[in-house]
Amino acid sequence: MENKLFIARVCTLAGKIMLKCGAETYRVEDTMNRIASAYGLRNAQSFVTPTGINFSTGFADPSNTIRVSGRTTDLQKIAEVNSISRKIDEGDLDAVEAFRLLKAIEKAELAFPEWMQIVAAALLSGCFTIMFNGTWIDFLPACIAGGIGYAVVLTIASMIEVRLIADFFGSFVIALLAVVFIKTGLGAEMDKIIIGAVMPLVPGLLITNAVRDLMAGHLLSGMSKGVEALLTAFAIGSGVAIVLAFL
Amino acid sequence: MTIIAQLVTSFIASAGFAILFNAPRRTLLQCGTIGMLGWILYYLLHEHRMDAVAATVIAAILVGVLSQISARVYKIPIIIFNVAGIIPLVPGGLAYNAMRQFVEDDYNLGLQLSTKVMLLSGAIALGLVFSEVAKQFSDRYIFKIKKKSKSRS
Repeated sequence: MENKLFIARVCTLAGKIMLKCGAETYRVEDTMNRIASAYGLRNAQSFVTPTGINFSTGFADPSNTIRVSGRTTDLQKIAEVNSISRKIDEGDLDAVEAFRLLKAIEKAELAFPEWMQIVAAALLSGCFTIMFNGTWIDFLPACIAGGIGYAVVLTIASMIEVRLIADFFGSFVIALLAVVFIKTGLGAEMDKIIIGAVMPLVPGLLITNAVRDLMAGHLLSGMSKGVEALLTAFAIGSGVAIVLAFL
Repeated sequence: MTIIAQLVTSFIASAGFAILFNAPRRTLLQCGTIGMLGWILYYLLHEHRMDAVAATVIAAILVGVLSQISARVYKIPIIIFNVAGIIPLVPGGLAYNAMRQFVEDDYNLGLQLSTKVMLLSGAIALGLVFSEVAKQFSDRYIFKIKKKSKSRS
């Protein structure tokens, strides 16, 4: 019994890390079931939604519920957990060692430093302006607006729990900056600057995940992620719209 | 000249997104390349007067297939590659225009553009699904992978 419980802890820990880092729901369930069956639990059941995990080792066994709040995007951690579950699957890792490794991954700070993320956001904003047929005059303004906008989102997201507010203020600042650039003559086309600079906020991961989950038959998760993506898009849109409305 | 500019900018844009999503460092180049190839295919098809929706489906299929292959080669979840890859195809500009029309009280044009945005997002989804189905098909019938083996990617 003790052993079963420990295996359940390993499974749910792996699932929790993956879910927190933005993995698709079906991958979370799949990983937990694979780990369980590799450790000899043939009848383990898992049910995962974007906000929680339900895992049971078999009939009439205790089932565990893990609440997951606050999702971020961290593809690196997903890859690490995936490689651990591969090793377990191949029989190279016992449960105690796996648990220790997973704990280490959960605590690790693998993210790129914040300044690097802001630089990346700035660069890609400028690039998107060119891709949407903007002129090179607008490259630098879009970079600056995109970088500052993303920095605003990061700062507000660390202060306020509601992610929508951060997106809203981020796109608001971007639109304001674009207007300033046009008025001072530094930029040529306001639309292109705003479109490019807003791109780092676009919920691309949510959209792909929603589709993948829907296709795998996880209707509940697919729908809720789709709604989350829609809400984010709405927040970005209204931030820009408020500035445009006062022009 | 414009083609070169498009190639370079779409590469940087996709790789930049990979950084924002904190993709593993050794995959940044592959993410950028996949995004670049998908975007260039879309760009060329669109230049040759193909409908934007059809061009998006085809480009998304390319992104999906390339991601499947890289996922298998590097033994990493596919999500890492296709998230960055489809980003250039997301109709951000159109969505912005649609919203702008709503703000300027032109609801007819706004609705038209929003419908187009929905269609384009659906096209991305469709392309990814096609590549997924193709992968499952090839696993089952071409490579004859057994059910229990590691077909996770």
